Amino acid sequence: MIEFKNISKTFSLGKREVHAVKDVSLTIKKGEVFGIIGFSGAGKSTLLRLVNMLERPTTGSVFIQDVDVNTLSAKDLRTQRRNIGMIFQDFNLFNSRTVSGNIAYPLKLAGLPKSEIEKRVQELLNFVGLADKAKDYPDQLSGGQKQRVGIARALATSPDILICDEATSALDPDTTADILQLLKKANKDLGITILLITHEMHVIQTICDKVAVMEDGEVIESGDVFDTFTDPQHATTKRFIRSVQQDLPSKKLLDEWRLKGGTQLYRVIFKGDIASDPVLSQVTRSHGVDFNIVYGSIRELQERFFGNLLVSFVGEPIAISKVLKELQAIVDIEEVADIES
Amino acid sequence: MKVDWLTFWPRIVEATGETLIMVIATLIFGSIIGLAIGLLLFVTRENNILENKLVFRILNIFINIIRPIPFIIFLVAISQLTRIVVGTTIGTAAAIFPMTIVASFVVARVVENNLISIDPGVIEAAQAMGASPLRIIFTVLIPEALGPLIMGLTFVSISLIDFSAVAGTVGGGGLGHIAMTYGYQRFDGSVMIVTVVILILMVQLAQWIGNKLSRKVMRR
Repeated sequence: MIEFKNISKTFSLGKREVHAVKDVSLTIKKGEVFGIIGFSGAGKSTLLRLVNMLERPTTGSVFIQDVDVNTLSAKDLRTQRRNIGMIFQDFNLFNSRTVSGNIAYPLKLAGLPKSEIEKRVQELLNFVGLADKAKDYPDQLSGGQKQRVGIARALATSPDILICDEATSALDPDTTADILQLLKKANKDLGITILLITHEMHVIQTICDKVAVMEDGEVIESGDVFDTFTDPQHATTKRFIRSVQQDLPSKKLLDEWRLKGGTQLYRVIFKGDIASDPVLSQVTRSHGVDFNIVYGSIRELQERFFGNLLVSFVGEPIAISKVLKELQAIVDIEEVADIES
Repeated sequence: MKVDWLTFWPRIVEATGETLIMVIATLIFGSIIGLAIGLLLFVTRENNILENKLVFRILNIFINIIRPIPFIIFLVAISQLTRIVVGTTIGTAAAIFPMTIVASFVVARVVENNLISIDPGVIEAAQAMGASPLRIIFTVLIPEALGPLIMGLTFVSISLIDFSAVAGTVGGGGLGHIAMTYGYQRFDGSVMIVTVVILILMVQLAQWIGNKLSRKVMRR
């Protein structure tokens, strides 16, 4: 659907060159919700704008449905852009137009007859739940309502692709949840492929199927959200994951626990069905070892179980090492070193 | 020698008409030309929808040359050009020509300044929807900046009332001419007072219309 091929973008700021995007290759498949996460300045916003050529690549190409977008004529690019809806952090609504007027704008660009525009605007207003706000102006709306208008406007021409530039970053947590649900609904009901960028791991966790982590213009890690969450490779990825799930108790609590004679801690990670099996108790019982869950959680991620527990074992050292060996074959288990921070 | 008000009123009415014609004609021509220059100036800026450094620089230099020249000097300086274009340097039509030139450049700056205040994100959104540059100018830039633009044009039209009086003193006719000849050179204070009152009323009316219109488009 969307394919970035060795794409780079360099800006010249006076004499200084800024490499915003460095040799990125990614493939986003039809119907996916693909999230790109990164801290500000990581280049994700530039990467997103390369999809509809609001930014031109310095080298490399972007293919959309196998068409190299950079080679399109100005006219063909405008037609292509109608197939790529875009929503923004600051909504970017036309203040001089009503809610209906905003949604009708891309339809007018597409040259639809008036009666069809009215019908389509009504459908979209219903889809985003703003039927009663048709005649309001953007400055009369709340942030969440503005983003709903933004989404309706982006979906107006029934595009195959929706790109979202930090679409929930200006919204409060409740409204963020509503907007994410609406995006998910657009993905499920309309089959639209979504490419979004964000700095919030929560957004990735809530609606994305795939994730790419960006740092300094490069994609440092990418894959299924479940795999990335349960087995992050890169330090930055781990930082993002820690922002939504605390996987260690505070240093204070941990020190206290150790002072009271706590033994070595192990992190045990369960993925999928294994999380609902009595693995820990079966293995420890057979070796006459007790286990103690000190910290952790078992949660749902991408409609699968994901357990992340800190466990200590009490028993004969030889028995414990046998337990560890046996567990290693079934789940991910590692010693917990001293807390990094 | 004092004027005879019984026979002088028609002169005042005629002069008021001349001033109104000068101001309104200049406002119409100046707004059209100024809007075009202002839009061109804005869209050819760096990173804008029709970026063009050469056009931008030439326009910018032109505006910066014309604008600081005091109107009365400009009026005299281009009188040869006025003669070529209008055929004469005396009368209302001859005043409209230099006034239009100056007004165009003032309006151009007003337009440019108001367009700069539009959120670039809104223009980006229109581009992302596949709007052409021309389309963006007419369906995004002008509507989004319309309220402040009307306020700006109101400000310009008040300056034009001032310009028309200046033009009047050097043969342009209108209230400025009357005030100079009868009020200043013939020491008739009553003529001076009447012309000043009429000019004040004109300014008030222009401001009132401007406020009404801009409030209407800004919905406040």
